[in-house]
Amino acid sequence: MEKTELAIDCRGLVKRFGNYTAVEGVTFQLPTGAIMGFVGPNGAGKTTTIRLLCGVLMPTEGHATVLGFDVKTQPEEIKQHIGYMSQKFSLYEDLTVRENIDFYAGIYNLTGTFAAERKQQVIERIGLNERLPQLVQSLSGGWKQRVALACALLHEPKLLVLDEPTAGVDPVSRRVFWQIIHKLAQEGMTILVSTHYMDEADTCDYLGFVFYGRLIAFGTPAEMKAKENKANLDDLFIYYVEREAVDDPRNKGNR
Amino acid sequence: MKRFNWSRFLAILVKEFRQIARDKPSVIMAVGMPVIMLLLFGYAVNTDVDHMPTVVWDQSMSQDSREVISSLRNSTYLDPDFYVRGYDEIRRYLDGSSARVAVIIPPDYGKQVQGSGNTTVQVLVDGSDPTAARAAMSAVQTVGFNTGWEVQADRLAQQGGATPVLPVQVETRVWYNPDMKSLVFNIPALIGLIIQNVIAMLTAFSLVREKERGTLEQLVVTPVRPTELMLGKLVPFVIIAFVSLMLILSVGILWFGVPPKGSLLLLILLSMLFVTTVLAIGLLISTISRTQLQAMQMTILLILPSILLSGFIFPRETMPLFLKGLGGIVPLTYFLVIVRGIFLKGIGLEYLWKETLVLATFSLVLFFLAAKRFRKNLD
Repeated sequence: MEKTELAIDCRGLVKRFGNYTAVEGVTFQLPTGAIMGFVGPNGAGKTTTIRLLCGVLMPTEGHATVLGFDVKTQPEEIKQHIGYMSQKFSLYEDLTVRENIDFYAGIYNLTGTFAAERKQQVIERIGLNERLPQLVQSLSGGWKQRVALACALLHEPKLLVLDEPTAGVDPVSRRVFWQIIHKLAQEGMTILVSTHYMDEADTCDYLGFVFYGRLIAFGTPAEMKAKENKANLDDLFIYYVEREAVDDPRNKGNR
Repeated sequence: MKRFNWSRFLAILVKEFRQIARDKPSVIMAVGMPVIMLLLFGYAVNTDVDHMPTVVWDQSMSQDSREVISSLRNSTYLDPDFYVRGYDEIRRYLDGSSARVAVIIPPDYGKQVQGSGNTTVQVLVDGSDPTAARAAMSAVQTVGFNTGWEVQADRLAQQGGATPVLPVQVETRVWYNPDMKSLVFNIPALIGLIIQNVIAMLTAFSLVREKERGTLEQLVVTPVRPTELMLGKLVPFVIIAFVSLMLILSVGILWFGVPPKGSLLLLILLSMLFVTTVLAIGLLISTISRTQLQAMQMTILLILPSILLSGFIFPRETMPLFLKGLGGIVPLTYFLVIVRGIFLKGIGLEYLWKETLVLATFSLVLFFLAAKRFRKNLD
């Protein structure tokens, strides 16, 4: 029964590239329908952890199941059931919005009338109707972000993975984007999102703080603030970074 | 889940066609470049040496000397258009490259020919270009021998003897390319070279572009399989390669008038085998390079030795063993044997099976390597 309740069950996940340890013993459980924010400085291992959970990278040690599928043995099942979007909005710039949507519908094996219905639903939900014939390269950052989100939602994923989705996007677009995210979560979709914006992190159900490859804190935003007795997440973030940086063996080597 | 999925494959295929159609430079490169290259190379790569400008110092000014000069002109190898007096002027012509050959006829030429003496015609040849020099020398030797023989025959006839006959004669007949036109030799080879260059570059570019723009990173997170992606990307290029092939074949046959003596069907089939090999090379390049610039450099690294070592310009028989061996690992080498064999000699698989087998092996091995690296790239 545990499998259906937990969207992500991650135990002692380790990833090494040669001698370098990018992710060191990450453990957390995320219930279905929750929004989890992944915060931490650049190079902390957020993206590597995300790629491990998406079934793109093989963990060196540890276990993880995503939507009940094992990341080691069932990566293809995971890929079919998750939606992924990164800060690069990896769309085909020389194709129109509609052509991009058509492409990803095909890639997720949607066919016939079902495909047409899904496309129309997503287009209306994200509000892309007027932009359909436009080439992606002529869109602004905010619109590209929305198209990328639309492409990631076509196959009705149970888990949406967003790697810094709002980096370099204007405040209005950010707000619209997060409204959609919260709506999706209310409808039962689980969302894993990495971000540098603490106002965004504050609205998540759970937060994971990643530093030097380790998950040093996990809990609801309120719990985390209360635990370290900080008024807001910005203070908490800086507190963690300063505390952990002293312990880091690499810093000692450099000085 | 691991099975090949047609919907995903078709999605990639459609996307590729849309991108190619929107990418005008690529279309021009794929369709226009081969034809332009064929026209350029067809006219520029011409090693036929004839009508060489020739300077003449005729000191004899006799009927006989004029006959020698006109037989030189009739050989079509030399154009004796310049007449001078003195070595200084001859030097000026040769130094300034206004003439490649100088013919000097001695003052007593007519007298000696009419009488019963001996005479010598001097010929100076600009040897900077050995091929041209050799052609000029053999032309003047032939004219000299024929003139000498005629004079000798006249003399014997005047003495009342029978018309002499040479006791030993050599009769030459040239097969396959009787007029010995270099165009007939080069056009078939060009078809191979052009297909290689254009298709390798286009294929390499198309995959590296996804890497460079970060779309590959997105595809990795989707359920798309490496085989679906690879085939979806290659099939459009097979079609483009086929269109290019038909286009340059038509230009070669209709414009340059070099029709294949052998089976056109076999030629097209084996050309497509070569295209497959080149696609594999392009794929391999794309898995190794990270940017389009690197892909471009690697393609040039492939093109240059293939021009020099494949026997496209220089015959492989005379190469040092090491270079000959190097040429042996260039697929174009084998395709040139095939395409020249079919075009010029009209031979079929009974002679070309070895080259066909080698090409097939090449494409299998290269595809295996490329697919292996490609998978690694995605994971």
